[in-house]
Amino acid sequence: MIWDNNFAVSVIPLLLEGLWVTVKITLLGTLLAAVLGLFFAILRRLAIPVLSPVVSFFVVFVRGTPLLVQAYCAFFVLPAYGLSFDAFTTGVVVIGVNYSAYMAEVYRSGIQGVPKGQWEAATALSLPGSRTWSRIILPQAIRTVVPMLGNYLIQMFKDSAVLSAITVVELMATAQAIGSSSFRYLEPLTLAALLFLAISYPASRLVNRLERRYAPQH
Amino acid sequence: MRPSTEPQPLSTPVGLAPDPIVRFQNVSKNWGSNQVLKSLNFEVAPGEKVSIIGPSGSGKTTILRILMTLETPSEGLVKVDGDVLWDVTAGQKVRETKQMRETRRKIGMVFQQFNLFPHMTAMENVIEAPIHVLGMNKAEAKERAAELLNLVGLGKHMNHTPPQMSGGQQQRVAIARALAMRPRVLLFDEPTSALDPELIGEVLNVIRNLAHTTDMTMLMVTHEMRFAEEISDRVVMFDNGAAVESGPPAQIFKDPQQERTRTFLRAVLQH
Repeated sequence: MIWDNNFAVSVIPLLLEGLWVTVKITLLGTLLAAVLGLFFAILRRLAIPVLSPVVSFFVVFVRGTPLLVQAYCAFFVLPAYGLSFDAFTTGVVVIGVNYSAYMAEVYRSGIQGVPKGQWEAATALSLPGSRTWSRIILPQAIRTVVPMLGNYLIQMFKDSAVLSAITVVELMATAQAIGSSSFRYLEPLTLAALLFLAISYPASRLVNRLERRYAPQH
Repeated sequence: MRPSTEPQPLSTPVGLAPDPIVRFQNVSKNWGSNQVLKSLNFEVAPGEKVSIIGPSGSGKTTILRILMTLETPSEGLVKVDGDVLWDVTAGQKVRETKQMRETRRKIGMVFQQFNLFPHMTAMENVIEAPIHVLGMNKAEAKERAAELLNLVGLGKHMNHTPPQMSGGQQQRVAIARALAMRPRVLLFDEPTSALDPELIGEVLNVIRNLAHTTDMTMLMVTHEMRFAEEISDRVVMFDNGAAVESGPPAQIFKDPQQERTRTFLRAVLQH
């Protein structure tokens, strides 16, 4: 198969539409994962009877099963129990929840990295728990894990291709669709790879710079 | 008990000791099989400046940490200003109570490692608790924080963050931060042990001034023997989880009664 420039140029607009969907999934998914992950990390740390072990089990469960299986279950099995959403929404939720389990671990390492003396100073000043978390612990914990969260964002950007399996028309699904309708896979798949790279490479450079900037303060 | 309508006496009648502001009654602390405090009975009078000396591992820091509720006693009763802080029977599971939180507010602590909040300026460190615990408004809290930072000689560093300051400056901010809560009892846990030798003096000066100018009760664990001798009303020698000797500094340092105190002082004063 020989590279056809004209064909390649003609499919770019469609692929860019797919890329936009991929970017949207990544941004919304990361937002969901970052918030949910933080929530899980705090719940585990608070050691609340019943609730904290349940969250711990959930995190282990999500981390221990493939994203593709989770996506299939959410899209093809849950509707049988009356839970049915469109492919895009399902995709964002599945990937967001999946990554929240990993991000919970990241936050946990950040929280553990805050010196014990910070908690003790907060106790000595009688600061309420909510204030201790929001003003003392989390600003220091999150600062150190920003680069790691950035790495997960990049990984999610690439992993979102898995969602093509549940009919989300993102970049990968668009490339496949062009291929199967034109019987030319070389151009759309090559271009899709290049588009993934065009975003993930600068993004990982940015994360490297964040890593230097957010080096621990202590 | 005196009826509440009667005016309070301005000073304690002669011959009647004031109620202690800090009282440890049969307090024990175990770490596994290691007994850090052995059924300790210990009292501090209001306004008294007490230094606790002794070898490391003798349990002296544990006393401060139990008072600050950073450590739970295994057994015993601790009262602060008449209010129960801890009342633990052996083997009982202890929870933080409202009573404990309220009593804790009467106590402040200065740590060996300063424990300032590194992402906040000196000013922000000092106003945080007055605003969010005492409910002070921001303007008032800032004004008072400025006074306190001036008091510890850091008027020019209010907007600096801890990483921009020397250890001595950080410890002085930490003292201002503790004072901002107007504690009845201020605890010092080896406040100069983490400092470069040349920075120790500036921190000791601040503590000396506090000891001489306030009626706040001060309880200090220290290895600075000459300083303890100078500012304390009373020195307590600790060893092996128990107070071996307690008395005015002149007695403890010049004429210790216990052999254990003598050997300890001989060892630490040699250099």
